[in-house]
Amino acid sequence: MTRSELIASLAEDNPHLTVAEVERIVSTLFDEMTAALARGERVELRGFGAFTVKARQARAGRNPRTGETVQVAQKAVPFFKAGKELRERINKPAPAPANGKKSAGAKS
Amino acid sequence: MNTLTRAQLTEAIYATVGLSRHESADLLELVLNRMADALAEGKSVKISGFGTFSVRQKGRRIGRNPKTGIEVPILPRRVLVFRPSQILRDAVNTSAPRQAAS
Repeated sequence: MTRSELIASLAEDNPHLTVAEVERIVSTLFDEMTAALARGERVELRGFGAFTVKARQARAGRNPRTGETVQVAQKAVPFFKAGKELRERINKPAPAPANGKKSAGAKS
Repeated sequence: MNTLTRAQLTEAIYATVGLSRHESADLLELVLNRMADALAEGKSVKISGFGTFSVRQKGRRIGRNPKTGIEVPILPRRVLVFRPSQILRDAVNTSAPRQAAS
């Protein structure tokens, strides 16, 4: 599912909104989240997940083409951790029939 | 540290189009649910400019209870991974004070 498919499906279910409006809403959401992360803040959406910014220390890397050692500077990377509900939803249609400890009805 | 939550996102939607706060909150939920639905079906969700959420299948492996040291099988499962877009990676690196590496 792409951003535009997401927008199209939301617009379809919300006839009172135009595609352009849904587009603005979706853009606003991701822009706000990006801005918060850029400020070093976390984004927490209970049930869905949380976005945080993790620091990566400087390290000695290697140019894979030349084999030269290069210093990779310290940097920050965005990180997402799925929320409990979403994690469980993703696992519901049991990927493989195993000794069902979680007894999740594996219906498709 | 500040945290962005549903409250602020609802407010941002509210300020964008002529929806009530209530409708704005519903719409935010709808967006998240729509994404969650796709992921639950095993589809990936690509948000250009932000990143890609995808579902990865993990095989069975032997784990260990760190407290007791007892070996336990970790069953095959599906995990969600998020790959931030270059735009988001850059945004996070251009500014911001941040805490040191853990």
